[in-house]
Amino acid sequence: MRKNILKLLEGNSKLSPKEIALMLGLPPDEVAREIAEMEKEKVILRYTTLINWEKVGEEEVAALIDVKVTPQRDVGFDEVAARIYQYPEVKSVFLMSGSYDLSVLVQGKSLKEVASFVAQKLATIEHVQSTVTHFILKKYKQDGVIFEEEITERRQVVQP
Amino acid sequence: MNQNRNFEPQRFISPVVKNLKPSGIRRFFDLVANTKGVISLGVGEPDFVTPWHIREACVQALERGYTMYTSNLGLPELRKAIAKYLEERFGLSYHPDKQILVTIGASEAVDLALRTVINPGDEVLIPEPCYVSYKPITLLCGGVPVEVPTTQAHNFQPTPQEIEKRISPKTKLLILCYPNNPTGAVLDQETMMAIARVVEKHNLLVLADEIYAELRYDGPPVSFASLPGMQERTILVSGFSKAFAMTGWRIGYVAAHPELLAAMVKIHQYTILCAPIMSQMAALEALQQGLKDVAYMVEQYDQRRRLVVSRLREIGLDCFEPKGAFYVFPSIAITGLSSEEFAERLLKEEKVAVVPGNAFGPSGEGFIRCSYATSLQELMEALNRIERFVARHLRLAKAVAHG
Repeated sequence: MRKNILKLLEGNSKLSPKEIALMLGLPPDEVAREIAEMEKEKVILRYTTLINWEKVGEEEVAALIDVKVTPQRDVGFDEVAARIYQYPEVKSVFLMSGSYDLSVLVQGKSLKEVASFVAQKLATIEHVQSTVTHFILKKYKQDGVIFEEEITERRQVVQP
Repeated sequence: MNQNRNFEPQRFISPVVKNLKPSGIRRFFDLVANTKGVISLGVGEPDFVTPWHIREACVQALERGYTMYTSNLGLPELRKAIAKYLEERFGLSYHPDKQILVTIGASEAVDLALRTVINPGDEVLIPEPCYVSYKPITLLCGGVPVEVPTTQAHNFQPTPQEIEKRISPKTKLLILCYPNNPTGAVLDQETMMAIARVVEKHNLLVLADEIYAELRYDGPPVSFASLPGMQERTILVSGFSKAFAMTGWRIGYVAAHPELLAAMVKIHQYTILCAPIMSQMAALEALQQGLKDVAYMVEQYDQRRRLVVSRLREIGLDCFEPKGAFYVFPSIAITGLSSEEFAERLLKEEKVAVVPGNAFGPSGEGFIRCSYATSLQELMEALNRIERFVARHLRLAKAVAHG
């Protein structure tokens, strides 16, 4: 049941427990209870909105930064990751396999702001060996949603 | 110009065609098309676009130069894949070279089947409400359509009694389209067995239009042909439109007894030659890699189905629970309006398009068909509008009763 509820909420967090209950053929109070429990257990962390900021004229600059790290005895990469993810400018941090260790998504108001964050904050953290910064030029798709997709009704309005 | 003065085109049109009634939906279509801001629940096709990997298979086929005719029967690989699918999904065994024909949609298959078996004067049993094509095609073949009414009381299944009552020495064929358009009804096991006994007893043939077979919400799909003794008597028609969201590709198939199939191939080879190769390539990809897409879409339809049925009942409309296809068929009797009045006023007052039930046969009067092959968001907005509309008309009906 949890998985089905979560799948629906992931697609549209505005669905009410009653609507979810109807769609899954479950009792509404049970769905409401289950959602409350998942919130408490931090299975559900936050109800978010996916926004195309460009459309409201907000200039956002984002960069993906490959970070090479010297792993620490006993704690591996976790401690360095923790020192990085505390910064509010950092939107996400992933541990990667391959030629570098951490992938860090940084967001700022301008190219300069992001660049100086990397140079002054990120690169100077102890055990960070090197950084490679890739600025994001255009968002095509995020979290399964295509940004500029034209959704027009192309079907005939009434058919047998 | 003068020479053409006495040219009267009507004089050249065959009386059978002249007398064919235009589809009841056509008039309503124009009405909807000329209204702005309409949410349409009148659409008889999936709201999903064909899955990308299937479209890609077609693109690749074109890039590699697959632009030629195929054999009359269709690509051998595709027929093999269809045979395998029918075996695995329905437990039916058909020979891919002798019993399967790839057609231009299930529509061509229905036309072929009727043209192959109907002699002028032959009677064809058609349970209604049903899809709009069976009756006109029967008439075009010179056959006599005999409608078998179905009712909500019997879950819109034709009862064996109602079928048997209408059987005469001229009856040749019974058409079964389940899961049903427009009601969403399916045939339960017991009814199927009873109908099979009637078919056997009166030595009839069955045209099973199972285009919606995959869209079942009460268990795995079942084919009428899988009943004991029914495979040889059944002309099984299906296709890719509804299950794989491939309506525009026009690709379907028919599976039947080798002798019946050979007869159908005769017509097909002269009138169609073969189904388009690029659509056939896409259909092959659909069968090989697309069943997970079908499962995903069926899950989505099922969620919407539950939501729509519950909301319509809350609104106060008596709504039969559909177990297949993507339609609900609520009764609008409570509003005191006829099907057409309801549909026209709902369109005018709330800008929601539904199809009047009587477009699908006389037993559809008092009902409307709503398709839930529409995004969840649009569906919820449409239901809010229907709620407003019904509440207003219930008040009106009450005021009239008291006034």
